[in-house]
Amino acid sequence: MVNPRLMVWLKGLAAAAVLTVALGGTPSFAQTGEETAHATDSVEQEAGVHEEKGLPQLNTKTFASQIFWLAITFGTLYVLVTKVGLPRVGAVLEAREAKISGDLDKATQLKAETDAIVAAYEKAVAEARAGAHKLLNETAATADAAAAKRTADVVAGLAAKQKEAEARIEGQKQTALANVRAVAAEAAAAAVAKLAGVSPDQAGVDGAVDAALKERA
Amino acid sequence: MATDPLHQFRIEQIVPLHLAGHDVSFTNSSLYMVVAAVLVTGLLVAGTASRALVPGRLQSVAELLYEFVSGMVRDNAGAQARPYFPLVFSIFAFVLFGNMIGMIPGTFTFTSHIIVTFTLAALVFVFVTLVALIRHGFHFFSFFFPSGAPIALAPILIPIEIISYLMRPVSLSIRLFANMMAGHTMLKVFAGFTITMIGALGAVGWLAGAVPVAINVALIGFEIMVAFLQAYVFTILTCLYIRDAIELH
Repeated sequence: MVNPRLMVWLKGLAAAAVLTVALGGTPSFAQTGEETAHATDSVEQEAGVHEEKGLPQLNTKTFASQIFWLAITFGTLYVLVTKVGLPRVGAVLEAREAKISGDLDKATQLKAETDAIVAAYEKAVAEARAGAHKLLNETAATADAAAAKRTADVVAGLAAKQKEAEARIEGQKQTALANVRAVAAEAAAAAVAKLAGVSPDQAGVDGAVDAALKERA
Repeated sequence: MATDPLHQFRIEQIVPLHLAGHDVSFTNSSLYMVVAAVLVTGLLVAGTASRALVPGRLQSVAELLYEFVSGMVRDNAGAQARPYFPLVFSIFAFVLFGNMIGMIPGTFTFTSHIIVTFTLAALVFVFVTLVALIRHGFHFFSFFFPSGAPIALAPILIPIEIISYLMRPVSLSIRLFANMMAGHTMLKVFAGFTITMIGALGAVGWLAGAVPVAINVALIGFEIMVAFLQAYVFTILTCLYIRDAIELH
Protein backbone atom coordinates (compact mmCIF):
# COMPACT_ATOMS: atom_id res chain seq x y z
CA MET A 1 0.00 0.00 0.00
CA VAL A 2 1.78 3.09 1.24
CA ASN A 3 5.49 3.20 1.75
CA PRO A 4 5.89 3.18 5.52
CA ARG A 5 9.11 5.19 5.35
CA LEU A 6 7.26 7.86 3.46
CA MET A 7 4.62 7.98 6.19
CA VAL A 8 7.24 8.28 8.92
CA TRP A 9 8.87 11.09 7.00
CA LEU A 10 5.56 12.86 6.59
CA LYS A 11 4.63 12.50 10.21
CA GLY A 12 7.99 13.87 11.27
CA LEU A 13 7.54 16.87 9.01
CA ALA A 14 3.98 17.35 10.18
CA ALA A 15 4.96 17.24 13.80
CA ALA A 16 7.85 19.66 13.22
CA ALA A 17 5.67 22.08 11.30
CA VAL A 18 2.86 22.03 13.84
CA LEU A 19 5.19 22.42 16.79
CA THR A 20 7.28 25.24 15.34
CA VAL A 21 4.23 27.03 14.04
CA ALA A 22 2.33 26.68 17.29
CA LEU A 23 5.22 27.81 19.44
CA GLY A 24 6.78 30.56 17.38
CA GLY A 25 4.06 31.64 15.01
CA THR A 26 6.51 31.38 12.10
CA PRO A 27 8.25 28.19 11.05
CA SER A 28 11.90 28.33 12.02
CA PHE A 29 12.96 26.91 8.68
CA ALA A 30 11.37 29.87 6.98
CA GLN A 31 13.77 32.18 8.78
CA THR A 32 17.00 30.52 7.70
CA GLY A 33 18.96 31.68 4.69
CA GLU A 34 19.13 35.00 2.93
CA GLU A 35 15.41 35.61 2.75
CA THR A 36 15.04 35.90 6.53
CA ALA A 37 14.50 39.64 6.52
CA HIS A 38 11.86 39.54 3.84
CA ALA A 39 10.00 36.64 5.33
CA THR A 40 9.90 38.25 8.74
CA ASP A 41 8.78 41.55 7.28
CA SER A 42 5.92 40.02 5.35
CA VAL A 43 4.80 37.96 8.32
CA GLU A 44 4.69 41.06 10.49
CA GLN A 45 2.84 42.92 7.79
CA GLU A 46 0.23 40.19 7.55
CA ALA A 47 -0.08 40.01 11.31
CA GLY A 48 -0.52 43.76 11.44
CA VAL A 49 -3.30 43.71 8.91
CA HIS A 50 -5.29 40.96 10.56
CA GLU A 51 -4.26 41.70 14.13
CA GLU A 52 -4.32 37.98 14.92
CA LYS A 53 -1.12 36.21 15.81
CA GLY A 54 -0.34 32.53 16.01
CA LEU A 55 -2.20 29.62 14.63
CA PRO A 56 -5.62 30.45 13.13
CA GLN A 57 -6.69 26.96 14.21
CA LEU A 58 -6.25 27.92 17.87
CA ASN A 59 -8.32 31.10 17.61
CA THR A 60 -11.25 30.05 19.80
CA LYS A 61 -13.37 32.94 18.50
CA THR A 62 -13.99 30.98 15.32
CA PHE A 63 -14.98 27.75 17.05
CA ALA A 64 -18.66 28.50 17.50
CA SER A 65 -19.11 29.36 13.83
CA GLN A 66 -17.18 26.30 12.64
CA ILE A 67 -19.07 23.88 14.88
CA PHE A 68 -22.37 25.51 13.93
CA TRP A 69 -21.77 25.24 10.19
CA LEU A 70 -20.23 21.81 10.45
CA ALA A 71 -23.37 20.63 12.24
CA ILE A 72 -25.59 22.19 9.59
CA THR A 73 -23.63 20.99 6.55
CA PHE A 74 -22.74 17.56 7.86
CA GLY A 75 -26.25 17.02 9.23
CA THR A 76 -27.77 18.00 5.90
CA LEU A 77 -25.30 15.85 4.03
CA TYR A 78 -26.10 12.89 6.29
CA VAL A 79 -29.84 13.26 5.73
CA LEU A 80 -29.45 13.71 1.95
CA VAL A 81 -27.03 10.81 1.68
CA THR A 82 -29.25 8.54 3.77
CA LYS A 83 -32.58 9.47 2.20
CA VAL A 84 -31.61 10.22 -1.38
CA GLY A 85 -28.05 9.49 -2.42
CA LEU A 86 -27.32 6.01 -1.11
CA PRO A 87 -30.76 4.50 -1.90
CA ARG A 88 -30.36 5.66 -5.50
CA VAL A 89 -26.90 4.14 -5.92
CA GLY A 90 -28.00 1.04 -4.02
CA ALA A 91 -31.03 0.65 -6.31
CA VAL A 92 -28.83 0.89 -9.40
CA LEU A 93 -26.41 -1.70 -8.03
CA GLU A 94 -29.24 -4.02 -6.99
CA ALA A 95 -30.93 -3.68 -10.36
CA ARG A 96 -27.67 -4.66 -12.05
CA GLU A 97 -27.20 -7.57 -9.65
CA ALA A 98 -30.76 -8.75 -10.29
CA LYS A 99 -30.32 -8.34 -14.03
CA ILE A 100 -27.09 -10.34 -14.05
CA SER A 101 -28.38 -13.15 -11.85
CA GLY A 102 -31.66 -13.15 -13.81
CA ASP A 103 -29.75 -13.44 -17.06
CA LEU A 104 -27.62 -16.22 -15.62
CA ASP A 105 -30.74 -18.08 -14.46
CA LYS A 106 -32.32 -17.62 -17.85
CA ALA A 107 -29.16 -18.85 -19.55
CA THR A 108 -29.07 -21.92 -17.29
CA GLN A 109 -32.73 -22.59 -18.01
CA LEU A 110 -32.22 -22.18 -21.75
CA LYS A 111 -29.24 -24.50 -21.63
CA ALA A 112 -31.32 -27.12 -19.82
CA GLU A 113 -34.01 -26.73 -22.45
CA THR A 114 -31.45 -27.04 -25.23
CA ASP A 115 -29.99 -30.14 -23.60
CA ALA A 116 -33.47 -31.67 -23.37
CA ILE A 117 -34.13 -30.87 -27.01
CA VAL A 118 -30.77 -32.33 -28.06
CA ALA A 119 -31.49 -35.47 -26.02
CA ALA A 120 -34.98 -35.78 -27.56
CA TYR A 121 -33.50 -35.29 -31.03
CA GLU A 122 -30.86 -37.95 -30.47
CA LYS A 123 -33.49 -40.33 -29.13
CA ALA A 124 -35.67 -39.68 -32.18
CA VAL A 125 -32.73 -40.27 -34.50
CA ALA A 126 -31.88 -43.52 -32.74
CA GLU A 127 -35.51 -44.65 -32.89
CA ALA A 128 -35.77 -43.75 -36.56
CA ARG A 129 -32.57 -45.63 -37.28
CA ALA A 130 -33.83 -48.71 -35.43
CA GLY A 131 -37.21 -48.45 -37.25
CA ALA A 132 -35.46 -48.15 -40.60
CA HIS A 133 -33.34 -51.20 -39.84
CA LYS A 134 -36.39 -53.19 -38.84
CA LEU A 135 -38.30 -52.08 -41.92
CA LEU A 136 -35.33 -52.88 -44.11
CA ASN A 137 -35.02 -56.37 -42.63
CA GLU A 138 -38.76 -56.96 -42.95
CA THR A 139 -38.82 -55.75 -46.51
CA ALA A 140 -35.83 -57.89 -47.40
CA ALA A 141 -37.48 -60.93 -45.83
CA THR A 142 -40.75 -60.25 -47.64
CA ALA A 143 -38.98 -59.74 -50.92
CA ASP A 144 -36.97 -62.91 -50.43
CA ALA A 145 -40.11 -64.86 -49.69
CA ALA A 146 -41.92 -63.41 -52.70
CA ALA A 147 -38.96 -64.14 -54.94
CA ALA A 148 -38.72 -67.72 -53.67
CA LYS A 149 -42.46 -68.20 -54.21
CA ARG A 150 -42.32 -66.77 -57.69
CA THR A 151 -39.31 -68.94 -58.53
CA ALA A 152 -41.16 -71.98 -57.23
CA ASP A 153 -44.26 -71.00 -59.25
CA VAL A 154 -42.22 -70.53 -62.37
CA VAL A 155 -40.43 -73.86 -61.81
CA ALA A 156 -43.74 -75.58 -61.22
CA GLY A 157 -45.27 -73.95 -64.31
CA LEU A 158 -42.28 -74.97 -66.40
CA ALA A 159 -42.47 -78.55 -65.09
CA ALA A 160 -46.19 -78.67 -65.89
CA LYS A 161 -45.60 -77.30 -69.37
CA GLN A 162 -42.77 -79.77 -69.89
CA LYS A 163 -44.98 -82.64 -68.79
CA GLU A 164 -47.76 -81.44 -71.06
CA ALA A 165 -45.35 -81.08 -73.95
CA GLU A 166 -43.96 -84.52 -73.30
CA ALA A 167 -47.48 -85.94 -73.22
CA ARG A 168 -48.30 -84.20 -76.44
CA ILE A 169 -45.12 -85.47 -78.05
CA GLU A 170 -45.94 -89.02 -76.84
CA GLY A 171 -49.45 -88.72 -78.29
CA GLN A 172 -48.17 -87.49 -81.58
CA LYS A 173 -45.53 -90.22 -81.53
CA GLN A 174 -48.24 -92.85 -81.04
CA THR A 175 -50.34 -91.28 -83.79
CA ALA A 176 -47.33 -91.16 -86.05
CA LEU A 177 -46.47 -94.77 -85.22
CA ALA A 178 -50.05 -95.82 -85.94
CA ASN A 179 -49.93 -93.98 -89.22
CA VAL A 180 -46.61 -95.66 -89.99
CA ARG A 181 -48.18 -99.11 -89.40
CA ALA A 182 -51.09 -98.35 -91.66
CA VAL A 183 -48.81 -96.96 -94.37
CA ALA A 184 -46.44 -99.94 -93.97
CA ALA A 185 -49.32 -102.42 -94.23
CA GLU A 186 -50.64 -100.70 -97.31
CA ALA A 187 -47.19 -100.55 -98.85
CA ALA A 188 -46.59 -104.21 -97.97
CA ALA A 189 -49.96 -105.22 -99.53
CA ALA A 190 -49.21 -103.16 -102.63
CA ALA A 191 -45.73 -104.65 -102.88
CA VAL A 192 -47.07 -108.19 -102.52
CA ALA A 193 -49.72 -107.54 -105.13
CA LYS A 194 -47.20 -106.14 -107.54
CA LEU A 195 -44.62 -108.87 -106.99
CA ALA A 196 -46.85 -111.91 -106.52
CA GLY A 197 -49.79 -110.74 -108.46
CA VAL A 198 -52.10 -111.74 -105.68
CA SER A 199 -53.69 -109.55 -103.12
CA PRO A 200 -52.86 -110.86 -99.64
CA ASP A 201 -55.49 -111.01 -97.05
CA GLN A 202 -55.56 -108.08 -94.64
CA ALA A 203 -54.98 -110.14 -91.54
CA GLY A 204 -51.76 -111.72 -92.82
CA VAL A 205 -50.33 -108.32 -93.80
CA ASP A 206 -51.13 -106.77 -90.47
CA GLY A 207 -49.51 -109.66 -88.65
CA ALA A 208 -46.32 -109.38 -90.74
CA VAL A 209 -46.11 -105.60 -90.23
CA ASP A 210 -46.58 -105.94 -86.47
CA ALA A 211 -43.89 -108.59 -86.35
CA ALA A 212 -41.52 -106.35 -88.33
CA LEU A 213 -42.29 -103.35 -86.13
CA LYS A 214 -41.68 -105.43 -83.06
CA GLU A 215 -38.37 -106.55 -84.46
CA ARG A 216 -37.33 -102.89 -85.08
CA ALA A 217 -38.46 -101.65 -81.81
CA MET B 1 1.76 38.62 -1.94
CA ALA B 2 1.21 36.76 1.30
CA THR B 3 4.14 34.52 2.13
CA ASP B 4 2.90 33.68 5.61
CA PRO B 5 2.37 29.93 5.35
CA LEU B 6 -0.40 30.12 7.93
CA HIS B 7 -2.39 32.78 6.09
CA GLN B 8 -4.25 30.04 4.20
CA PHE B 9 -5.76 28.74 7.44
CA ARG B 10 -7.26 32.07 8.41
CA ILE B 11 -11.01 32.17 8.88
CA GLU B 12 -12.56 35.00 6.86
CA GLN B 13 -16.08 36.18 7.50
CA ILE B 14 -18.37 36.21 4.50
CA VAL B 15 -21.77 36.84 6.09
CA PRO B 16 -21.68 38.04 9.73
CA LEU B 17 -24.21 36.17 11.81
CA HIS B 18 -24.91 36.07 15.52
CA LEU B 19 -27.08 33.54 17.27
CA ALA B 20 -27.83 33.55 21.00
CA GLY B 21 -24.75 35.59 21.69
CA HIS B 22 -22.45 33.39 19.64
CA ASP B 23 -20.62 34.44 16.51
CA VAL B 24 -21.81 31.91 13.94
CA SER B 25 -20.88 33.93 10.89
CA PHE B 26 -20.82 32.25 7.51
CA THR B 27 -17.11 32.05 6.74
CA ASN B 28 -14.80 30.68 4.06
CA SER B 29 -14.69 27.49 6.14
CA SER B 30 -18.51 27.26 6.12
CA LEU B 31 -18.53 27.94 2.38
CA TYR B 32 -16.27 24.98 1.61
CA MET B 33 -18.26 22.73 3.94
CA VAL B 34 -21.33 23.63 1.91
CA VAL B 35 -19.39 23.04 -1.31
CA ALA B 36 -18.27 19.59 -0.10
CA ALA B 37 -21.80 18.61 0.98
CA VAL B 38 -23.26 19.84 -2.31
CA LEU B 39 -20.63 18.03 -4.38
CA VAL B 40 -21.13 14.73 -2.53
CA THR B 41 -24.91 14.92 -2.88
CA GLY B 42 -24.58 16.12 -6.45
CA LEU B 43 -22.29 13.23 -7.35
CA LEU B 44 -24.70 10.66 -5.92
CA VAL B 45 -27.77 12.21 -7.52
CA ALA B 46 -26.29 13.17 -10.90
CA GLY B 47 -24.34 9.93 -11.07
CA THR B 48 -27.50 7.87 -10.79
CA ALA B 49 -29.63 10.13 -13.00
CA SER B 50 -29.55 7.71 -15.94
CA ARG B 51 -29.57 4.55 -13.80
CA ALA B 52 -27.66 2.88 -16.62
CA LEU B 53 -26.99 -0.83 -16.57
CA VAL B 54 -23.54 -0.10 -17.98
CA PRO B 55 -22.44 2.95 -15.98
CA GLY B 56 -21.05 6.12 -17.49
CA ARG B 57 -18.14 8.02 -15.99
CA LEU B 58 -20.01 9.89 -13.26
CA GLN B 59 -22.07 6.83 -12.34
CA SER B 60 -18.89 4.75 -12.12
CA VAL B 61 -17.43 7.23 -9.65
CA ALA B 62 -20.62 7.23 -7.56
CA GLU B 63 -20.75 3.42 -7.58
CA LEU B 64 -17.05 3.16 -6.83
CA LEU B 65 -17.43 5.44 -3.81
CA TYR B 66 -20.48 3.50 -2.62
CA GLU B 67 -18.87 0.10 -2.98
CA PHE B 68 -15.55 1.27 -1.53
CA VAL B 69 -17.17 2.47 1.70
CA SER B 70 -19.61 -0.44 1.70
CA GLY B 71 -16.68 -2.86 1.52
CA MET B 72 -14.84 -0.96 4.21
CA VAL B 73 -17.81 -1.19 6.58
CA ARG B 74 -18.38 -4.88 5.80
CA ASP B 75 -14.73 -5.87 6.18
CA ASN B 76 -13.82 -3.75 9.17
CA ALA B 77 -17.02 -3.23 11.13
CA GLY B 78 -18.77 -6.51 10.33
CA ALA B 79 -22.12 -7.40 8.78
CA GLN B 80 -24.02 -6.13 11.83
CA ALA B 81 -22.72 -2.62 11.17
CA ARG B 82 -24.76 -2.30 7.98
CA PRO B 83 -27.27 0.15 9.57
CA TYR B 84 -24.38 2.54 10.25
CA PHE B 85 -23.21 2.51 6.64
CA PRO B 86 -24.83 5.88 5.77
CA LEU B 87 -23.05 7.58 8.67
CA VAL B 88 -19.68 6.08 7.74
CA PHE B 89 -20.29 7.00 4.12
CA SER B 90 -21.13 10.61 5.06
CA ILE B 91 -17.98 10.88 7.16
CA PHE B 92 -15.74 9.44 4.46
CA ALA B 93 -17.27 11.49 1.66
CA PHE B 94 -17.28 14.72 3.67
CA VAL B 95 -13.66 14.36 4.83
CA LEU B 96 -12.44 13.14 1.44
CA PHE B 97 -14.10 15.97 -0.43
CA GLY B 98 -12.91 18.48 2.19
CA ASN B 99 -9.35 17.23 1.78
CA MET B 100 -9.47 17.05 -2.01
CA ILE B 101 -11.11 20.44 -2.51
CA GLY B 102 -8.34 21.82 -0.31
CA MET B 103 -5.78 20.62 -2.84
CA ILE B 104 -7.08 23.15 -5.36
CA PRO B 105 -4.94 26.30 -5.00
CA GLY B 106 -6.78 29.23 -3.46
CA THR B 107 -9.38 27.11 -1.67
CA PHE B 108 -9.82 26.63 2.04
CA THR B 109 -9.28 23.24 3.67
CA PHE B 110 -11.76 22.93 6.52
CA THR B 111 -10.23 19.61 7.61
CA SER B 112 -7.06 21.50 8.51
CA HIS B 113 -8.91 23.02 11.49
CA ILE B 114 -8.69 21.07 14.72
CA ILE B 115 -12.13 22.20 15.84
CA VAL B 116 -13.72 20.68 12.70
CA THR B 117 -11.86 17.38 12.91
CA PHE B 118 -12.41 17.22 16.65
CA THR B 119 -16.13 17.80 16.29
CA LEU B 120 -16.31 15.00 13.72
CA ALA B 121 -14.21 12.72 15.94
CA ALA B 122 -16.37 13.58 18.95
CA LEU B 123 -19.45 12.73 16.90
CA VAL B 124 -17.92 9.33 16.12
CA PHE B 125 -16.93 8.86 19.77
CA VAL B 126 -20.35 9.71 21.16
CA PHE B 127 -22.11 7.68 18.49
CA VAL B 128 -19.94 4.62 19.06
CA THR B 129 -20.34 4.85 22.84
CA LEU B 130 -24.12 5.16 22.48
CA VAL B 131 -24.24 2.16 20.14
CA ALA B 132 -22.24 0.13 22.65
CA LEU B 133 -24.41 1.24 25.58
CA ILE B 134 -27.67 0.54 23.76
CA ARG B 135 -26.50 -2.85 22.52
CA HIS B 136 -24.83 -4.06 25.69
CA GLY B 137 -26.16 -1.93 28.53
CA PHE B 138 -23.95 -1.99 31.61
CA HIS B 139 -22.08 -4.93 30.15
CA PHE B 140 -20.39 -2.27 28.01
CA PHE B 141 -18.09 -1.43 30.95
CA SER B 142 -16.52 -4.88 30.73
CA PHE B 143 -14.86 -3.42 27.63
CA PHE B 144 -12.38 -1.71 29.95
CA PHE B 145 -11.15 -4.97 31.42
CA PRO B 146 -9.92 -7.46 28.83
CA SER B 147 -11.32 -10.90 29.55
CA GLY B 148 -8.71 -13.41 30.62
CA ALA B 149 -6.41 -10.85 32.22
CA PRO B 150 -5.40 -11.56 35.81
CA ILE B 151 -7.69 -9.77 38.27
CA ALA B 152 -4.66 -8.41 40.09
CA LEU B 153 -3.86 -6.27 37.03
CA ALA B 154 -7.27 -4.59 37.14
CA PRO B 155 -6.08 -1.45 38.98
CA ILE B 156 -3.53 -0.85 36.22
CA LEU B 157 -5.42 -2.17 33.20
CA ILE B 158 -8.74 -0.44 33.77
CA PRO B 159 -7.34 3.13 33.95
CA ILE B 160 -5.17 2.44 30.91
CA GLU B 161 -8.13 1.12 28.93
CA ILE B 162 -10.31 4.04 29.97
CA ILE B 163 -7.65 6.56 29.04
CA SER B 164 -6.99 4.90 25.70
CA TYR B 165 -10.74 4.89 25.04
CA LEU B 166 -11.06 8.56 25.89
CA MET B 167 -8.02 9.39 23.76
CA ARG B 168 -9.69 8.00 20.64
CA PRO B 169 -11.34 11.25 19.52
CA VAL B 170 -8.15 13.15 20.33
CA SER B 171 -5.89 10.95 18.23
CA LEU B 172 -8.51 10.68 15.50
CA SER B 173 -8.92 14.44 15.19
CA ILE B 174 -5.27 15.43 15.62
CA ARG B 175 -4.11 12.88 13.01
CA LEU B 176 -6.35 14.35 10.33
CA PHE B 177 -5.89 17.99 11.27
CA ALA B 178 -2.09 17.74 11.66
CA ASN B 179 -1.62 15.89 8.39
CA MET B 180 -3.71 18.37 6.43
CA MET B 181 -2.21 21.40 8.10
CA ALA B 182 1.38 20.20 7.83
CA GLY B 183 0.99 19.36 4.15
CA HIS B 184 -0.55 22.69 3.26
CA THR B 185 1.99 24.59 5.36
CA MET B 186 4.82 22.76 3.66
CA LEU B 187 3.49 23.57 0.19
CA LYS B 188 3.13 27.22 1.14
CA VAL B 189 6.59 27.38 2.70
CA PHE B 190 8.21 26.01 -0.45
CA ALA B 191 6.15 28.35 -2.60
CA GLY B 192 7.24 31.19 -0.31
CA PHE B 193 10.88 30.27 -0.87
CA THR B 194 10.44 30.89 -4.57
CA ILE B 195 8.83 34.29 -4.01
CA THR B 196 11.47 35.44 -1.53
CA MET B 197 14.33 34.12 -3.69
CA ILE B 198 13.10 36.07 -6.68
CA GLY B 199 12.66 39.14 -4.53
CA ALA B 200 16.13 38.88 -2.99
CA LEU B 201 18.31 37.48 -5.78
CA GLY B 202 16.77 38.85 -8.97
CA ALA B 203 17.82 36.90 -12.07
CA VAL B 204 19.61 34.25 -10.04
CA GLY B 205 16.49 33.99 -7.91
CA TRP B 206 14.40 33.03 -10.92
CA LEU B 207 16.72 30.07 -11.49
CA ALA B 208 17.05 29.10 -7.85
CA GLY B 209 13.34 29.62 -7.36
CA ALA B 210 12.62 26.79 -9.79
CA VAL B 211 13.95 24.28 -7.26
CA PRO B 212 11.17 24.78 -4.67
CA VAL B 213 8.63 24.74 -7.50
CA ALA B 214 9.94 21.34 -8.59
CA ILE B 215 9.74 20.11 -5.02
CA ASN B 216 6.18 21.44 -4.78
CA VAL B 217 5.17 19.53 -7.90
CA ALA B 218 6.22 16.31 -6.20
CA LEU B 219 4.67 17.40 -2.90
CA ILE B 220 1.31 18.14 -4.53
CA GLY B 221 1.12 14.55 -5.74
CA PHE B 222 2.12 13.35 -2.33
CA GLU B 223 -0.44 15.59 -0.64
CA ILE B 224 -3.22 14.31 -2.88
CA MET B 225 -2.34 10.82 -1.67
CA VAL B 226 -2.31 12.05 1.93
CA ALA B 227 -5.68 13.75 1.40
CA PHE B 228 -7.16 10.43 0.35
CA LEU B 229 -5.23 8.40 2.88
CA GLN B 230 -6.26 10.51 5.85
CA ALA B 231 -9.93 10.35 4.88
CA TYR B 232 -9.47 6.58 4.58
CA VAL B 233 -7.71 6.29 7.95
CA PHE B 234 -10.35 8.41 9.67
CA THR B 235 -13.08 6.20 8.22
CA ILE B 236 -11.39 2.88 8.84
CA LEU B 237 -10.83 3.81 12.49
CA THR B 238 -14.49 4.78 12.73
CA CYS B 239 -15.35 1.33 11.36
CA LEU B 240 -13.07 -0.38 13.87
CA TYR B 241 -14.62 1.60 16.74
CA ILE B 242 -18.07 0.54 15.54
CA ARG B 243 -16.90 -3.08 15.48
CA ASP B 244 -15.64 -2.70 19.07
CA ALA B 245 -19.02 -1.24 20.05
CA ILE B 246 -20.87 -4.14 18.43
CA GLU B 247 -18.63 -6.96 19.58
CA LEU B 248 -16.98 -5.64 22.79
CA HIS B 249 -13.67 -7.42 22.00
